Amino acid sequence: MKKLLENRNVTGWLMVSPLAAILLVFLVMPIVLIVIVSFWRATEFSIIPALEWDNYAFLFGSPVTYTVFLNTFKYAFITWAFTLVIGFTVAYYLAFHIRSLTWQIALFLLCTIPFWTSNIIRMISWIPFLGRNGIANTTLMSWGVIDEPVEWLLFSDFAVILAFVHLYTLFMVVPIFNTMMRIDKSLIEAARDAGASGAQILWNVIIPLTKPGIMIGTIFVVTLVMGDFITVRFMSGSQSANVGRLISNDIALLQYPSASATAIVLLATVLITIGILLRFVDIRKEL
Amino acid sequence: MEPRARSFYLLSAFFALFVMFLYGPTLTIGILSFQGEGGGLTFPMRGVSMYWFYDLFEQQAVGDIWGSFRRSILLGLMVMVTTVVVSVMGGLAFRKKFVGSGILFYLIITALVIPSILVSLGVGLLFSQSGLNVHWSTSGFGAQLTWTLPFGLLIMFAVFNRFDKSFEEAARDLGASPWQTIRHVVLPIIAPSLIGVALFGFTLSYDEFARTLLTAGSYNTLPLEIYGMTTNVTSPVLYALGTLTTVFSLLIIGIFLALALLSNRRKARAGSDAGKAV
Repeated sequence: MKKLLENRNVTGWLMVSPLAAILLVFLVMPIVLIVIVSFWRATEFSIIPALEWDNYAFLFGSPVTYTVFLNTFKYAFITWAFTLVIGFTVAYYLAFHIRSLTWQIALFLLCTIPFWTSNIIRMISWIPFLGRNGIANTTLMSWGVIDEPVEWLLFSDFAVILAFVHLYTLFMVVPIFNTMMRIDKSLIEAARDAGASGAQILWNVIIPLTKPGIMIGTIFVVTLVMGDFITVRFMSGSQSANVGRLISNDIALLQYPSASATAIVLLATVLITIGILLRFVDIRKEL
Repeated sequence: MEPRARSFYLLSAFFALFVMFLYGPTLTIGILSFQGEGGGLTFPMRGVSMYWFYDLFEQQAVGDIWGSFRRSILLGLMVMVTTVVVSVMGGLAFRKKFVGSGILFYLIITALVIPSILVSLGVGLLFSQSGLNVHWSTSGFGAQLTWTLPFGLLIMFAVFNRFDKSFEEAARDLGASPWQTIRHVVLPIIAPSLIGVALFGFTLSYDEFARTLLTAGSYNTLPLEIYGMTTNVTSPVLYALGTLTTVFSLLIIGIFLALALLSNRRKARAGSDAGKAV
């Protein structure tokens, strides 16, 4: 018995067993079940166990699927570009322009606090800004930029992207800031001594050393946007669709087999995307 | 100190704009929730009143706001405690580099990146196909853990990667048992980070929406209730509720940050207090 408890495999698995059990029941088994159900057949009232490719055939045969997937990638790419530029700039400012650690921590917390508040409330809070009689329209009209209210501010792709950037820039700031804080300051001094300009230091020293953080942020933002269904629905006023909405619409109609098939294709897409991104970074080394 | 470059002022302005972008909308609905009785969802304010807050406390025609608030707090606490305990055990276990830890690590990453609707759909299917009822405290609880545990574990990994093992070696040399080493050496050292894990556990659960959607059953949590309201409530009462739950979140965050600050101060003043609890 004593010898058994000295074996690191036994003690390791003992300590990790609650975690493994939770992941098994609430992650692995649900995914397996979704795979199984994606081969089932749906009638109007029930779902019937079967083994047929109909759901996939229908999915890949429908032009809507391709439009919706393309739309999902579009959201992911545009959001990624904005969050990267904004997130990098904010992290760079905090890491290299703020000189006291206390201030760095305080301003960093200021950026992260919204992450711990409700996403839905944060989406709702754009209504007074973007609505037909919202702040944006009234301001633009009083400046004489526009003569009548712009309709496409709320309930449009613009609103969807705005909300995504608003919700998820944090996921860029945090990992990039984390990597930047670990850059040895003497490297930057060395570059400066060697005659590099500020822009050259940024481009040739800081950005290459920050790549792991950028990659982790990218993974967060891309997966969150690709898996989203609620932001698109709420901010587009149900006028735009992404894959998540396709799935949630099927669920609302109790079409679980077809929802499952779409979900599996979405999961595969996300995992392939991450697989490609992970080739650029070793996450375990970056923690 | 060298003088500030011009880029500093440009970046400061950018940062200020970013903070305004982050907080502006929330502040706006904070202001609009004090809208007068005849006011609408946008400016101008028609007077200033607490009308919409009173409205919240009155019997609601639809839904059960206070019940869902209670459930959300209870669920948040359950998720918080579980996340802290399981993350610490997991973090300790992963230091042993046991066989299969690699697979488990990728499973944690999967839980983090999997589209949340899959968890919702899958857990919902799992319960319905095995004849169980979905309920916020069972299926909802488990579905939320797949979101909070990866954060808790990543924090623990980061903590243990920086952990100085000589403290443990010293304890062992002095004759401490493995349990004593953990209880009196490791836990006190990592305590401030555990406050962070707890904060993540509670707030991520309290605000969680997508994973709870199909797994909460007939009793809604607060975010689900709010989401339901967005489709049929078009008065500032929505803002009043939003303001109240945001204030509640900020209060929780404030308490946790204060706790973290206190425990850091205590550590700085007294050195490690390991062993004093004996």
